[in-house]
Amino acid sequence: MAAKISFADVEVGTELPTGSFPVDRAVLVQYAGASGDFNPIHWNEKFAREVGLPDVIAHGMFTMAEAIRVVTDWTGDPGAVVDYSVRFTKPVVVPNDEKGALIEVSGKVAALLEENTVRVDLTAVSDGNKVLGMARAVVRLS
Amino acid sequence: MALDQSFVGRSYPPTPPYEVGREKIREFADAVGDANPAYTDPEAAKALGYDDVIAPPTFAFAITYRAAGEAVRDPQLGLDYSRVVHGAQRFAYTRPVRAGDRLSVVSTIESIKSMAGSDVLDIRGEVRDESGDHVVTAWTKLVARGAEEA
Repeated sequence: MAAKISFADVEVGTELPTGSFPVDRAVLVQYAGASGDFNPIHWNEKFAREVGLPDVIAHGMFTMAEAIRVVTDWTGDPGAVVDYSVRFTKPVVVPNDEKGALIEVSGKVAALLEENTVRVDLTAVSDGNKVLGMARAVVRLS
Repeated sequence: MALDQSFVGRSYPPTPPYEVGREKIREFADAVGDANPAYTDPEAAKALGYDDVIAPPTFAFAITYRAAGEAVRDPQLGLDYSRVVHGAQRFAYTRPVRAGDRLSVVSTIESIKSMAGSDVLDIRGEVRDESGDHVVTAWTKLVARGAEEA
């Protein structure tokens, strides 16, 4: 492993550089194609409203993919992620306009673990809502 | 309608191997807007100690979710798929997924619960490579919302 960050350089409370990830309808269509998840709640407004959603929402797995970028951008080595878990608490609503939505992610070292691994707790917010709960990654540092 | 508890602990046969390709990884990395060269440049991946480009940490879901489909859509289980939302997700890696992998998944229904009118289903997907070595385990929580909650 060749993580850019050394275990010796972090402590509980170390904050990771934040990330800001835009998402619009085109991104959702692209993600649907790449992931194989074509559920119409992610691209069909009429369908989304019929099942009780306020509008089209981003794939939970898309949000999960963006949130971990704060960790992989920090370590440089995406393969250093050994464990990653989230709960999907609120949907990321993606309006059909020029702006779309923004997912803002911050992360903080929450625990130092064995074998040069640390636990990073992540927070992801969109439109004022916390969209992930218990978002945690265990990552191996150099 | 409560789901059939006898499905708890049930495992499904290993899926036919999913062949992980460089271009599929590139497509996925593009879709999440991630320019990390470990996903697209074999030399950059080698510099990190990998044999070939690796996939982003959530890429494995595309493989495990398809594998879980066998359980999710099993008519005998009776899950109302049109009401299913993704409740939670976890991955535990032995090593990252990389181009050239041929990955097979064994899905197991870990638990079935009924909570506040919703059915909650936990499925574990064990992903192994061609040698039978463990790559990643994915836990997927699916929630089928009760009709009255819509």
